[in-house]
Amino acid sequence: MSAVALTLVPTPRAAPPPPVRRRARGLGERVTPYAYIAPFFVLFAVFGLFPFAFTFYVALFDWNPIGDQVFIGVDNFVRMFGDPRFWNAARNTVSIWFLSTVPQLLIALLLAHVLNHARLRFALFFRMSVLVPYVTSVAATAIVFAQLFDRDYGLLNWLLGLVGVSPVDFVQSTAGSHVLIATMVTWRWFGYTTLLYLASLQSVPRAVFEAAAIDGAGPWQRFRHITVPSLRPVIIFTVVTSTIGGLQIFTEPLLIATGAPLTCGAVRQCQTLTLFLYEQGFGEFEFGYGSAVGVALFVMVVVIAAVNYLLAGRIRADR
Amino acid sequence: MTSAVPRRRRHGRVRWWTYLLLVLAAVVCLFPLYWMFVVATTDTATATRMPPAVVPGGNFFHLLGLVLETVPFVQALLNSLFVATAIGAGQAVLCALAGFAFAKLDFRGRNVLFLVVVLTMTVPTQLSVIPQYLIMSWLGWVDTLQALVVPGLASAFGIFWMRQHITATIDDELVQAATIDGASTGQVFWRIAFPIVRPAAFVLGLFGFVTAWNDFLWPFIVLKTPERYTAQIAIKALQNSYDVDLGLAMSGSFLATAPLVVLFVVVGRRMVAGVLEGAFKG
Repeated sequence: MSAVALTLVPTPRAAPPPPVRRRARGLGERVTPYAYIAPFFVLFAVFGLFPFAFTFYVALFDWNPIGDQVFIGVDNFVRMFGDPRFWNAARNTVSIWFLSTVPQLLIALLLAHVLNHARLRFALFFRMSVLVPYVTSVAATAIVFAQLFDRDYGLLNWLLGLVGVSPVDFVQSTAGSHVLIATMVTWRWFGYTTLLYLASLQSVPRAVFEAAAIDGAGPWQRFRHITVPSLRPVIIFTVVTSTIGGLQIFTEPLLIATGAPLTCGAVRQCQTLTLFLYEQGFGEFEFGYGSAVGVALFVMVVVIAAVNYLLAGRIRADR
Repeated sequence: MTSAVPRRRRHGRVRWWTYLLLVLAAVVCLFPLYWMFVVATTDTATATRMPPAVVPGGNFFHLLGLVLETVPFVQALLNSLFVATAIGAGQAVLCALAGFAFAKLDFRGRNVLFLVVVLTMTVPTQLSVIPQYLIMSWLGWVDTLQALVVPGLASAFGIFWMRQHITATIDDELVQAATIDGASTGQVFWRIAFPIVRPAAFVLGLFGFVTAWNDFLWPFIVLKTPERYTAQIAIKALQNSYDVDLGLAMSGSFLATAPLVVLFVVVGRRMVAGVLEGAFKG
């Protein structure tokens, strides 16, 4: 069992040593490397790159999957910019993304810091526990949290009732539904992010922390001036990946509003852009308009990821 | 010097609030799963009682019967098992092959092609579900399980990860010696490289398995008939008949989650080690 730990050694940062030269080899041996990497490139070309590029093309059509495809230029985009449902979904998406990303990363930072303690007992139990939500599916997560947050029968509202708060209808209100979805996302991902941070922290020599402690740095100062700066690359990585993931939230809003799933509620209070894309594409069979929403979502992901990258880059400047 | 000892101890001791925080985190992570089980085993009257029941009831098999009446859930679990196993195994082998080629073989365009692999990770493919669906309908794969399996067989991240492990664990001399002894590239991979990196490939396959098992959006789009549903889509189908019984969707969620929790108890250590030894070291 310990074979895993033994073989999983940290990778050197230096360039790999020169690969084995092979001369006087037949044609078969020379094409072998290409054969080994071909499956990925073929699969990515067919199911990744082509559909991605094709989205931009379909977006220029009035494209009915069981009818005609008429070229209409940028009409889908003009329509989209004038569509309040689009702007509503865009607002919801950004709001839910923000509410789920910021607390998640902060909790993960704190937990990674305490999990990194050298003399912590039951460390494996705690590490495994925080990864349990990651193996729980989004669908199951949505079902159980919707029940916990239910207005009439939810545990949370019962607890709130004990302290005199009248029942909150999370799903039916805009803020409430966003908090509910953000809670699900945070629950499912904070442990995974914690372990990523912990991995990075473990590569900081313990002597650095000890020296700081001897020099009189308290827990907060060690956290602020050692933990956070040394995690900079992985923080940037998780900020970018959680942005890409957080802006594409779909399953949670689909599953919490049982009365009107495709709009996430009667007034679209928690419809995200991906859900709007699905509603237009597979609910209304407007493939062209749905693809235009996909393009808009792509632009949004790129812009927000870039802004985050720049902001996260400032971490070192504060050191 | 006199104060050095107490100071070191002050840093070395784990404070009580550290454990309080970690126990709280563990409870937050585990309670929803326990709650899933509680609601999945109680009848509507108990599930809607105030204060809520906090211990499991004895209604599990009644609800299980209702679940199986509503949707072919056993078939759905088998479909999920098939899809997730195929994707996990496919990723383990195909990414190890490609990672081996990038780490140990010499061929023209190697560095450029590896850069392309890394760059593909930045393409958000989930936004392209409409053209992806069109491709599947051209291939005649709508409402089939291969529509789920084939696109997931190889991953850029997996190649990146396997290349790192192979670079770190396999000496060039070893590969060279085998080649001089007349081993073909295929033999070097299968007889030497793969056995050494099999633990890493296994962890990669595990993550592929878990991700495929839990996938929702894409199966939700391509699967049409209940016999083809994966467990996640079956949960959605159970939710549509929400009025029948509050516990129905919860029972489905429990049935779809329990196999993964069992798997996690057995191999979770390796998954934790996999994340901790991952490709993200700063």
